[in-house]
Order: sequence, then C-alpha cells, then structure tokens
Amino acid sequence: MNKAYDVLIIGGGPAGYTAALYAARAGFGTLVIEKMAVGGQMTLTGDIDNYPGFEDGIDGFTLGMKMQQGAERFGAQTEYGEVLSVDFSGKFKTVTTDSGVFEGKAVIIASGASPRELGIKNEAEFTGRGVHYCAHCDGRFYKDKTVVVIGGGNSAAADALYLSRLAKKVYLVHRRDTLKATKIYHEPLFKAENIEFLWNSEVVELLTEEHVQGVKIKNKLSGEHKDIACDGVFVSIGRKPATKFLKGAVALDENGYIIADESTKTDTDGIYAIGDVRTKPLRQVVTAVSDGATAVHYIEEYLAKE
Amino acid sequence: MSVLSLNKNNFDLAKNSDKKVLIDFFAEWCGPCRMVSPIVDEIAEENPQWLVAKVNVDEEPELAAAFGVASIPTLVVMENGKIVSQSSGARPKAQILALLEG
Repeated sequence: MNKAYDVLIIGGGPAGYTAALYAARAGFGTLVIEKMAVGGQMTLTGDIDNYPGFEDGIDGFTLGMKMQQGAERFGAQTEYGEVLSVDFSGKFKTVTTDSGVFEGKAVIIASGASPRELGIKNEAEFTGRGVHYCAHCDGRFYKDKTVVVIGGGNSAAADALYLSRLAKKVYLVHRRDTLKATKIYHEPLFKAENIEFLWNSEVVELLTEEHVQGVKIKNKLSGEHKDIACDGVFVSIGRKPATKFLKGAVALDENGYIIADESTKTDTDGIYAIGDVRTKPLRQVVTAVSDGATAVHYIEEYLAKE
Repeated sequence: MSVLSLNKNNFDLAKNSDKKVLIDFFAEWCGPCRMVSPIVDEIAEENPQWLVAKVNVDEEPELAAAFGVASIPTLVVMENGKIVSQSSGARPKAQILALLEG
C-alpha cells in the first residue's frame, strides 16, 4: 500500500528540512525523501561562516544533522530513496522512489543542485583520478603538488584559496578577465604567492596517463593553446539543478531550474519549489531555509481550501 | 556483521577473504564520507555474506596510495584479492549495493 502524507518533501538539504520543520510544527503529516544522506550541498563545503547563529562557523554536515533533528522533533519523518518519477495530476500527488511509492496532498521539491561538469573528453573516466569537484574533500591529496582550479565565481575563489594553503602551486583558469567572486576573496587571492591566474582561458583537454598529468588550455582572445602540467584539476564552474526526475511535471527554465517566484509556487497547483532548485538570484543556505518557511505558508492556504 | 577496520597490517584479511569485499576509503573531516559511512554500516549489518571494511586515509596513507585513492569517499569492491570495481564520490545505498551485486 502507498503511504500518504499531507506534505511530501523531495530532498533533505537545508531547504527541505526547514520546510519539514514548519510543516510538522503546523501539524501536517510530513515526509522528507532523501536520496543519500541529509545536508545536501552543505556537506561539500568546510565550515559555513555565513549562516547566522554560529559565531565560530559550523561544518555543513553538522548543520544538516541539526536541521533534520529540529524537524524530527515535531514528528517529520525521513525515508531514504531516489525519486524515479512523479505524478502530480491527481488530488493526491504520487512520488515513486526506488524504496517505495509515496502520496501527498502537497509536494515540495527541494532536490537542490550538483556541481556542473566541464563536458570534455575523459572527464568522467578520470573523476577521482585527478578530476575533482570538491576541493574540501580531495584537496589534501594534493599537498605540495600542483593543481588547476577552473572557474571564477565564489566557490572557485574559495577552492583556490583553500588549495593554495596545501598545494605548491595553484593555477586559476577563468574564461573571463575578471573574477565574478565577491570582493572578500579578491585581496587574499591576489596576495597569495602561489596562485597564478590564467585569464580568458578555458580547459579544452585533459592530459592523462593513469592519473591526470595536465590540461590543455585555450586562450579565448588569441586562440593559442598551451599545456599546463598539473597533478589535479578542481572544477568549480557552477551547478546544475537536480530536476531530471520531473520529466515535464512542472515548468523549468532553459537551465533546468524550476520556475517559481518568491512565493515558491510552481505552475502546477499544490507543487512548490524551494532552495537551489528554484529560479532565484542568490543561492545560499539562508535563502534556502527562507524558501522552506514560505512554501509551508502557502501550503497552509492551499490545504485549508480543501 | 560489523565493519572491519583495515590497516596495512591486517590487509590480508581483505585480500585473502573468500567473500566479496567492500572497502570504504574515508576521512573523519570529509562531509560526503560522513554521508556514506552509515550506509556502509547498514550494508555490513544486513549482508553477512560480504566482508565490509573501512580505511581511514589519514591513518593509512600507504593503503590509500596503493589503491590510487585521490578522492574520498572511494568505494572498492574486491573479489579473490582482485579489484572488480573502484569508484569515488558519495552515492545512494542502491547504487552501492549494485556495485557489490554487479
């Protein structure tokens, strides 16, 4: 038999568990469906310094656990399973996972995002053997070695700084001639003696043997190619939303994000999108948790109409 | 069954095991490792037909190097002393089971 809830939440990151806290505390039968383990992308960073209330910072894994425990205190439940498909057409919405089928009167999609790949040859084959997406996880294997960081945003800047304290040499390859990263990163980056910037450049090829040996980069202005010898490559070129399982059930924008404004309402009645998976200007833990509360506010209205 | 903590001195337990072996290379400070760790514990608990082991890469750098581990978590499946699969990154339980059953 299918299990039925008032509110189904897909994804156990900060957005999902904040929604779970608000929903359960409002007395709704609430289930969070999590693919792997709680915390979402928070577990991929080191200490989080810009989530208020933790004056010394807090590590992402612990914060995720605390958010889960906070929601469970009011009766929210968690099921582990990967969502395979959804059916939002009926009064009860159905979510099918590899561990069972669940029904809910309202569904909140909080499935988040994952690192975007470069999309070059051999990338998948060498992931974990020189190609990395988590500097905090894998950086320590490159102590006193040479690494390339690709990207120019906040996470690339943070990765380059973190790696510059471990590695002998860090190349930061960016396709523009300025960083998109916020000012707070600029001074320490430009001050670091072992960081070299390769502007207007993109990595076009991985040079590999058993492990990555280097990268071939192309200067976008001159068209020239250059080989850079390195031991590891850290890719930090943004994220892609986890929306494949939706298969047209709600409207997505051209990049795959669920179209929803600050109300978190999607184009389908009773379906809400929160956190990084939603179209929004700023993807942070604080904006994710805010979405979670907002979604439940509108779900209360929606369920009261029944 | 409980999870075997592997080091360079007891590694023969995994190498010479007549069961299929799952090895989880991890570190205490790594978030994705802390996601995978309880899943690996569960798999050990539920599947006495397999030998499930963990290697702390900070304490056992030689073992990590011997397997070419440059990313954690890395999950290795061994059979008759040979590596049959090796993959890095956190993944859901169903996928880890598929590595073992494959």
